[in-house]
Amino acid sequence: MKNINQKDYEKYVNSKAPKPTLLKNCIWAFIVGGLICVFGQFITNFVMDYGLDKKEAATATPITLIFLSALLTGLGLYDKIGKKAGAGSIVPITGFANAIVAPAMEFKREGFVLGVAAKMFIVAGPVLVYGIGSSVIVGIIYLLLKA
Amino acid sequence: MDYLKAFVVGGIICVIGQILMDKTKLTPAHVLVLFVTSGVILTAIGIYEPIVNFGGAGATVPLPGFGYSLGKGVIEAVKEEGLLGAFTGGIKATAGGVAAATFFGYIMAVIFDPKTK
Amino acid sequence: MAQKKLGSQTVSFQNPPSILSTASIVGPKEGEGPLKDYFDLIIQDDSWGEDSWEKCESKLQIEAVRMAISSAKIVESQIDYLLAGDLLNQIIASSFSARQLQMPFLGLYGACSTMTESLSIGSMLIDGGYADKIVCATSSHFSTAERQYRFPLEHGNQRPLTSQWTVTGAGASVLSSSGGPPYITHVTTGKVIDPGIKDANNMGAAMAPAASDVIVQHFKDTGFKPTDYDLIITGDLASLGKEIAEDLIAQEGYNVSSVYSDCGIEIFDNEKQDTHAGGSGCGCSAVVFNGYIFKQLKQKKLNKVLLISTGALLSPTSTQQGESIPGIAHAVTISNKLD
Repeated sequence: MKNINQKDYEKYVNSKAPKPTLLKNCIWAFIVGGLICVFGQFITNFVMDYGLDKKEAATATPITLIFLSALLTGLGLYDKIGKKAGAGSIVPITGFANAIVAPAMEFKREGFVLGVAAKMFIVAGPVLVYGIGSSVIVGIIYLLLKA
Repeated sequence: MDYLKAFVVGGIICVIGQILMDKTKLTPAHVLVLFVTSGVILTAIGIYEPIVNFGGAGATVPLPGFGYSLGKGVIEAVKEEGLLGAFTGGIKATAGGVAAATFFGYIMAVIFDPKTK
Repeated sequence: MAQKKLGSQTVSFQNPPSILSTASIVGPKEGEGPLKDYFDLIIQDDSWGEDSWEKCESKLQIEAVRMAISSAKIVESQIDYLLAGDLLNQIIASSFSARQLQMPFLGLYGACSTMTESLSIGSMLIDGGYADKIVCATSSHFSTAERQYRFPLEHGNQRPLTSQWTVTGAGASVLSSSGGPPYITHVTTGKVIDPGIKDANNMGAAMAPAASDVIVQHFKDTGFKPTDYDLIITGDLASLGKEIAEDLIAQEGYNVSSVYSDCGIEIFDNEKQDTHAGGSGCGCSAVVFNGYIFKQLKQKKLNKVLLISTGALLSPTSTQQGESIPGIAHAVTISNKLD
C-alpha cells in the first residue's frame, strides 16, 4: 500500500464498521439491570420483615445477590445473561461477583494459590483498590474539614 | 411503589454504563472502577444519599451503591473515631459483601469448571 | 544470485513441491458450520478427554499430523522436518506436540499467518534440496485463546460486532519433493504493516492492509492476473476486513471480487452461530485449507488457488501498553498444473 495515512484509515474503518445497536443494548441493560435491583429490593423488604434493621438489611442484600450471581456463574448461566444485558448485568453488584468467580474458575488448572486465588481479583482487585482508596481519601478530607 | 422506583433508578444507572461501554473503548473493568469511585465521591459531596432515599435497592445494588456504602461508612467512622475511622470505616461497611464475594467465589471455582461457548 | 526469486518478494519454485495429503480436525462448533462435511474429524467435546485446553490443542495438532502422514502412506520416520506454530505464549501447543512426535522441529510464530508461513518455508526447504518430506501444521483453540487474549469464559461481557471467533482446530499438510498435484508453485512473503488500529476487537481492519499489500505484490512479481485464479482466499480477515482488503486491492487496479473469499467467513454461519464478524486463529485458515480447499483441488473443482493466511501481531502486553496492532500476511499459490 502506498503509505496509508493512519488517521484516514481509522476514519475509513469507522465508516465501514458495524455500529453497536446502542438503543437495543440500552433497553436490555435497563430491563435486566432494573430487574436485578427490583430483586435486591425484594430481598431487603423480605429480611426487614423478618426483623433485620436497615443497616443489617443493607449487608444481607448484597451477600444474597453475590451468592446467587456466583452460583449462576458457576452453572455457566451468568455470561448468557450478560451477552444480552451488557452493562445491565455488569454494573449491579452481581456483575462484581461474576467478575470474581469467572477468572477464579478459569484459572483452576494453574493451581489453587497462583491460579484460583490470585486470578480471582484481576477485575475485582482494581474495584477494591479504587473504592477503598477513595474512601480513605474522603475520610481524611472529611476529618480535615471538620477540624 | 418502591419496586418501581428501584427498577427505574437501577435501570438508568445500568444504561449509563452501557452507553459508556458502547461509545468509548472502556472495558467492563474500567466501568466498574469508574462507578465505584464515582459512588464514593458522589456520596461524600452529598449527591448520592438522596438517590438512595428515592431509589432504594435501585441505587444500592449497582456498583455506585458499593461506593455509597464505602463513602457513608467512612464518614460515620470518622465522626466516631477520627483518623482511625478514615482507614477502617469503608471496609467495615462493605465487609459483608467483600467476604461473601471472596468466599463464594472460591467455593464456586472449586466446584464448577468453565464451559466453552 | 537468487535464481528462484521473482520480483521483490516472490519465489517461483523450479521443482514445485507436491502436497501429498492433508488432515483437518475441528471442534464441535466448527463441526456445525457450513464446511462440516469437509473436515476429517470433528471432536465432540472441546477438551477431547484432556484435562486442560492447552493439552487438547496439542493433541489436535498431534493427531492432525499423524492423520496427514498416514493418508500420505508414509511413515513418521520419513519426515525430515516438522514446521508448526500456534497462538499460545511461547507456542507451547506446537512444541509440546513436537515433544510427542519426535521429528526434527522448527517452531514458527506468525500469529494466524502461520499456516502459509509454514507452507512457504517448507516448500523452500524442499525445492532447495534440503528435505524430501515435510509436515506443516498449525492449531488454535477458542478456550486457550480467550483466556490469553480476552476474558474468562464465564465472564458476562458483550462481544463487539467486529470481534471474531477463534477457531478450535488443527490442520496439517505433508509436502513432498515427488508426487502428484496439487503443487505449491509460488510463495510471496509479506511485510509487517501497521495501519495504526488499536482495537484488539477489530483485527480484520488491522490485518487487511498487510493482506492486500502481499496480494498486490504477488500480482506484480508474478504477472498473474486475478482471473488466473479460481479462488483467492485470505485467512481470517472476517467480514469487515474482507471488505476493506477488497477496496484496497481495487485501489491498486486489481479487481478480485469475483474470486475472492475469506476463510473466517466460510467457516461459520455468522448469523446462526453468533460468531459476529467471523472466524479467526491459526486454525482458521489451517482447517479451511487442509479440509475444504485441498479436497476441492483434488477433485479438480478448483485448479489454482492463492491462499493468504493473515496474522495480527499483538500480545496482551502490547495491547495494554497502548500499542497499535501490526499485521502480516503470506501468500502461497497452490496449483494442479505446472507451467
